[in-house]
Amino acid sequence: MEPGSEAQASPSIALPGLLAAGSKHAATIHTVADQETLSGWGLIERPGREVRSEDLAAITVGAGLTRGLGRSYGDSSLPAAGTWVAASPLADRLLAFDQQSGILHAEAGLSLREINRLFWPRLWTSPVLPGTQDITLGGMVAADVHGKNHHVDGTFGRHLEWLLIRLADGEIVTTSRERDPDLFRATVGGMGLTGHILEVAVRLQPIPSPWIRAESERIAGVDEFVSALREAATDWPFTVGWFDALATGTKLGRGILMKGRWAQPAEAPVEPPSPKMRLAVPFTLPNWTLNRLSMWAFNKLYFHLHPRGVKTGIVHPESFFHPLDVIRHWNRIYGRRGFTQHQCVLPEGERPGAARRLLEELTARGGLSCLCVIKDCGEQGEGLLSFPRPGITIAIDLPAGPGIQELIDGLNRRVLAEGGRIYLAKDTFARAEDFQAMEPRLAEFEQLRRRWDPAGRLSSAQAVRLFGDGA
Amino acid sequence: MRVAFLGATRGMGRALARLLAERGDALHLLGRNSDKLARSAADLEVRGAAGEVGTTECDLERPETFEAALTAAAEQLGGLEAVVVTAALFATQEELEADLDLTRRLLQVNFSRTVEFCERARHHLLAAGGGKLCVFASVAGDRGRKPMVLYGAAKAGLAAYLEGLDHRFHAAGLEVICVKPGFVRTGMTAGLTPPPFAGEPEAVARRVLKALDRGTPVVYVPAVWRGIMLAIRLLPRAVMRRIGF
Repeated sequence: MEPGSEAQASPSIALPGLLAAGSKHAATIHTVADQETLSGWGLIERPGREVRSEDLAAITVGAGLTRGLGRSYGDSSLPAAGTWVAASPLADRLLAFDQQSGILHAEAGLSLREINRLFWPRLWTSPVLPGTQDITLGGMVAADVHGKNHHVDGTFGRHLEWLLIRLADGEIVTTSRERDPDLFRATVGGMGLTGHILEVAVRLQPIPSPWIRAESERIAGVDEFVSALREAATDWPFTVGWFDALATGTKLGRGILMKGRWAQPAEAPVEPPSPKMRLAVPFTLPNWTLNRLSMWAFNKLYFHLHPRGVKTGIVHPESFFHPLDVIRHWNRIYGRRGFTQHQCVLPEGERPGAARRLLEELTARGGLSCLCVIKDCGEQGEGLLSFPRPGITIAIDLPAGPGIQELIDGLNRRVLAEGGRIYLAKDTFARAEDFQAMEPRLAEFEQLRRRWDPAGRLSSAQAVRLFGDGA
Repeated sequence: MRVAFLGATRGMGRALARLLAERGDALHLLGRNSDKLARSAADLEVRGAAGEVGTTECDLERPETFEAALTAAAEQLGGLEAVVVTAALFATQEELEADLDLTRRLLQVNFSRTVEFCERARHHLLAAGGGKLCVFASVAGDRGRKPMVLYGAAKAGLAAYLEGLDHRFHAAGLEVICVKPGFVRTGMTAGLTPPPFAGEPEAVARRVLKALDRGTPVVYVPAVWRGIMLAIRLLPRAVMRRIGF
């Protein structure tokens, strides 16, 4: 992009937020971050700029998109060409918490990490806890995230009370199941494309203690995983499996099934868990760090380090819900090439063996992956583009680089053949035709988007790639 | 502790106010925008501040607001034990060089108005038998440097005032804490390229809180800036003329 065109696109905002004690005639100061590129968690950089301020309402004026902590893997949180993105993490104030109802009202940039830190010791929890806590409330709504309790509690959207949104025309509105319900349904899981989410009201859940009573066991293969998850679902509110996608033959998809519930006070430590110490990957490692041998060894070690029998214990909630978060910047182990995640949900109930066939597809194509995740999903949420549906979801981290496009295309054709769909928050490489074939719901979503944003002001790099924005 | 806080709505001030609230201190917020004050007060209340977090409008560019604000804070809190000032103006050297009005405003707000506010705060604290006055200066005041000529000059003046205040009133029970932040990633610095050793506001706030509790007269945050600024102060003028730091 030409520097000149960048300057035109960059906003010049008289930021009331910039100066703690300035006057109403605050200086006009450019707050566009210096870097010319942005990336998602997969570290694949794209041209783009973000504006960051405590005053989210101010910086969303004219912005094409709002992003939170940038944990979506691909280009969901990156701006379309010619626009910039507002960054919400500094807008992180709690605005109210009702002890009776459990309803938390907060600015959209508040992180789940902060919610966990503040509310677990008070015996309340976010109703949905995804694999990472380094995400914002706004991001949790936009991606309609799910967690280990999806089979019981559904997605994050189910627990929302209302949202405060800046629409594309600049107006700020409240939306809920009662007020403009179509806007609400499109915004939950709508990847930020219906409006800038400014504030969120969500109902937290009471917990008996802030510790987790966990059980885990080895599982011999992918088919066994599917039935083990189904069985565990009746007794356990939290279930998830890690599996080895590099094991072959009958061992394909072998792994560890983890089950958990909130511990009763009698079985838990008296003290609330203190936030875990975190290590960091200090710099981007060479591309060869993760190769077939190291991944194979890692997978094997992870499997065999687990005892043969059932392992039980009281564990720290961060270790149970967000195990990878203890290593900051773990995405750097993939090297400069970056990486992506392929996460899909397959209607295993209607098409038994779908999960196994996906793994066979991956193996046949020589896909390299460690730390793959498998989980059963419950009912579909109310969000128009919400990802989960009944079946089995599988998430596979894949290094980017030569061959990744063909690999993703192959996996997506398999997903399509099984009647499944992919998760936008993870996607970097899907082709528009594949995505659109998976998503019969897209037409209704696009229709609503056009109603609320007739001029097409809101977009993202992903919407350009998959929805045909700007075409 | 009962704390009147000017500048708690954002950045390092927000992070420090949160630590005070989470351990159950009582706070009264001063600032220029009542809507933002109310939102920050709500945030601090949910986090555990003792009682209701009061707010009063107070603008460093309107010195006539100072006395009323401090009085309101003292009344609502039932007396002041500490006054914290994190509010200030910021602009880059380029912006200031290009705009003499902005320069005048910044020098006034960051030096003379802040000093005037501190003088009134000092009266309140000493009248109650002493207390803590914690004010954010900057490492920019430690030595005249190319990228921080004007901003640094105001902060140097402020730091000199705070040191003098400490000497003069320490025996009377006034504890002065001069905080010198290096580069910290906040909304204020969002448009700038962070140097190595850039700090996060939460970590900075934890260190400031310790200094506030102990009454440490001068505290560098992050701590590494103490060494950096020591080295910078020792550099010969001929070197300072050449480097861009």
